[in-house]
Amino acid sequence: MGATLKAVTTTEGVAPFAFSEHALAECHAIMARYPEGRTKSALIPILHIAQAGNDGWLSVPAMDAVAAVLGIQPIEVYEVASFYSMFNLRPVGRHVLEICRTTPCMLRGGDALIAHAEKKLGIHVGETTRDGLFTLKAVECLGSCGTAPMLQCGATYHEDLTPEAFDALIERLRATTVRSNYTDR
Amino acid sequence: MGRKLLLEHENVPGIQGLEVYRAKGGYRSVEKALRTMSPEAVVEEVKKSGLRGRGGAGFPTGMKWSFLAKPPGVPRYLVVNADESEPGTFKDRYLMERIPHLLIEGMITSSFALGANLAFIYIRGEYFYVSRILERAIAEARAAGWLGRNILGTGYDLEIHVHVGAGAYICGEETALLESLEGKRGNPRIKPPFPAVKGLYECPTVVNNVETIAAVVPIVNDGGEEYAKIGVGRSTGTKLISAGGNIRRPGVYEIELGVSCDEFINSDQWCGGVDGRAFKAVVPGGSSVPIVPYELFLKTAAGEDRLMTYESLSDGGFATGTMLGSGGFYAYNDAQCIVRSTWNHTRFYHHESCGQCSPCREGTGWMEKVLHRIEHGEGRMEDIDLLWDIQRRIEGNTICPLGDAAAWPVASAIRHFRDEFEFHVRHPQKVKDPRHFEKEPFVRKPKPATV
Amino acid sequence: MPKVTIDTIEIEVPEGTTILQAARMIGERDAAHRHVVPPTMCYYSKLKTSGGYCRTCIVKVTKGSDKDPRPMPKPVASCRTAVMDGMVVENTTNPELLDARKGVTEFLLINHPLDCPICDQAGECHLQDLGYEHGLSKSRYAFERRTFEPIDIGDTIKLHMNRCILCYRCVKVAEQLTDGRVHGVINRGDVAEISTYIQEAVDNDFSGNMIDVCPVGALTDRTFRFASRVWYTKPMDAHRKCPTCSGRAVLWMKGNEVLRVTGRKDQWGEVEEFICNACRFDHKDVKHWTVEGPRQVDRHSVIGANHYELQLKQKLLTKAAPDSTPVGRPQELPGA
Repeated sequence: MGATLKAVTTTEGVAPFAFSEHALAECHAIMARYPEGRTKSALIPILHIAQAGNDGWLSVPAMDAVAAVLGIQPIEVYEVASFYSMFNLRPVGRHVLEICRTTPCMLRGGDALIAHAEKKLGIHVGETTRDGLFTLKAVECLGSCGTAPMLQCGATYHEDLTPEAFDALIERLRATTVRSNYTDR
Repeated sequence: MGRKLLLEHENVPGIQGLEVYRAKGGYRSVEKALRTMSPEAVVEEVKKSGLRGRGGAGFPTGMKWSFLAKPPGVPRYLVVNADESEPGTFKDRYLMERIPHLLIEGMITSSFALGANLAFIYIRGEYFYVSRILERAIAEARAAGWLGRNILGTGYDLEIHVHVGAGAYICGEETALLESLEGKRGNPRIKPPFPAVKGLYECPTVVNNVETIAAVVPIVNDGGEEYAKIGVGRSTGTKLISAGGNIRRPGVYEIELGVSCDEFINSDQWCGGVDGRAFKAVVPGGSSVPIVPYELFLKTAAGEDRLMTYESLSDGGFATGTMLGSGGFYAYNDAQCIVRSTWNHTRFYHHESCGQCSPCREGTGWMEKVLHRIEHGEGRMEDIDLLWDIQRRIEGNTICPLGDAAAWPVASAIRHFRDEFEFHVRHPQKVKDPRHFEKEPFVRKPKPATV
Repeated sequence: MPKVTIDTIEIEVPEGTTILQAARMIGERDAAHRHVVPPTMCYYSKLKTSGGYCRTCIVKVTKGSDKDPRPMPKPVASCRTAVMDGMVVENTTNPELLDARKGVTEFLLINHPLDCPICDQAGECHLQDLGYEHGLSKSRYAFERRTFEPIDIGDTIKLHMNRCILCYRCVKVAEQLTDGRVHGVINRGDVAEISTYIQEAVDNDFSGNMIDVCPVGALTDRTFRFASRVWYTKPMDAHRKCPTCSGRAVLWMKGNEVLRVTGRKDQWGEVEEFICNACRFDHKDVKHWTVEGPRQVDRHSVIGANHYELQLKQKLLTKAAPDSTPVGRPQELPGA
């Protein structure tokens, strides 16, 4: 709050983007689910694929590639990508830790888990560790209130978290070189 | 009081797969409906069952189905709302994860009743891993001939697709969901027209919650009248309640509507009572429904035992009652601060407002700022009236129900816990520690129940 | 044809007419009844699917129709609600509704910069009118306002997002008048903004109409920037032979100088026809135009045509103690 919001972004210094052959085939398979002339429906699923193939965030070139696949205006992609909280419009760490901060989690220690995570990683919510491994986010209800406190990392829910369990998770993630994506199977 | 219609086989090993599911009687409703019933007859059974929308609004499902327009030559769609995002609610996730075929079966039977040949499951993006489970179930069902062309040789065709969202509570509102499914921002549409007339791709569409569609399975199998025998009055059948907060046994429970609130929260069959302290307040149906003091959750203002039904929970209106909502149940112990919780709720609605209409876009953020100020010991007495005024002017004046959903938690917190707000203003130093009521619980002066 | 009653005034209208259109028809039939017309900030009759967002035009339907006389439970957006035969609507006669509208006005203003003294829209701003007629004299919002950097979207249009009320009209202009929309609404909630997202010019033959439809000073004409307060200019109806549009416009003149060209606006503040950018930006020479004569401007604005003074007089007369002191005597107000 208080800071002046920047209305436009830049493409300077941003890596180019192209879908892999496999990803492109997946995009077309998704587009085929919708009735003729309604392929724009595939926009959100395809944005997920683009984000997973672009180090976990949606750069302008990545979004423009999505627009090209669907044959729509780039602004239609920007409008949608910026609406949904799971799309990152800025670079993120290899593992994005999304801790639930909403009331049912708060009642079971969600705030304390966030505080612990900040201390453990040495960053604040919204920041990325210097080594580029972790981005910490506080997010709204993930539908896991009975197993609170919890966090999401990529496709995985980590539930009933204690500080110790959190620390163990961090060590496990440190040891892997594979990025955590929502689309992971 | 323990019949289970949806979760009967929740603990059967392998129930996620088609083979075990089928062995336990799965897909009987599809056989019965497609082979022996007309679509109209299926709708009739759903009407007779008294089933009400399980997503939160509680609108009679059979009536919703009968509103579906049927212009010749225009496709109709069934869209399942699996965007479960109401804080406190995790029942649909549990159901889809545990028994995915129950949803698929319900969708086939329902699509047949509605005359839809294409159906979608719109699932919140965070449940990506659940979408994989559903996709597997769909593939299994398709391979076994329960989906695709000419199902069971009856000439009926159906395809089901899973569509993932990307993080937006507002997409649980059915018209925002449809916008999102069309690849747009999740901005709720201005109604009328309603989806039953102009829904997905401007075609007649029914949007139903996961649990609602799953409930169609036992309704068709056993008949609507049988289903309606369970429950009390207009609250028929069973309901999934996802219980959380400061209780001993959090989890998803299928209850017969009509269980007493006292039993539900205190018996070991369900919530198992408080987690070592004393209960203070309850939100019985998801964050949007009014928060009520524990005593008012147990008994109505008239002193009658409250039941877990749509009617009983709302007895007394907003003055002393609340709502069953989505079944997102959470309870507070006396270490919790109502002001903090209200701020947290409001931050949620502020974050999730789509920004389309002005009262919600501007009002939710304003309330959050005022609540933040009070909770952090910087509030003034007049802030409480200001909050009341803001919520009052949001309620009823927005395009979609998110405005009301943001207003009600604030209104009910002030209505029932005003002295706690005043305490924050009077004792700014005491509330600086975020766990201010942990050591010294706030003692509420009991108010006459008829406020 | 359905008959509807708005604030006790009856009118018969064609099937499918909205409450707002019916109210405007009442106002057009008899200027003395113009007060029944709800204010609008986002609805624009020439733009399809506009309206419903700002909530300023809400009204109370106390009787749904002759067939189903039940009242509607909540206020409805008059711009998006069709009249039914026998419908009864309350607007200015319903104190609760006026209170709700007051709330909407307050919401629209909490984050507005109130920089009218340096805003080119001042004098023809619908938010000024709304604030004057339905606002509070004091703000109850005690927090920092949301701010955005002003940006140029092309050579001719300035975007001051701070002033925007997210009416979506400019997006609909781009969608319905041009092909290849490059701007839209990005982000959500109270940080949603009109933007091109990447630095890009809104560049097409009809983009200038975004300025005309903007109800506030969010989109202003860079070629008119700080050139004059609008009430010091003389509007003249003029036309030229234009291959792209009708060429019927209004020249806003000072002496013989054309400071600005806009579309011709009707009494509801809407352009009668959209004009092209060539007419708007490239022909600021009076010799290029056939001047028809002074335009009868229906100065809807608070600062125009004594509207301000009249309202204020009424306020002073009806209130023994005015709620704000520094207003001075009516004849000393600017723009007189």
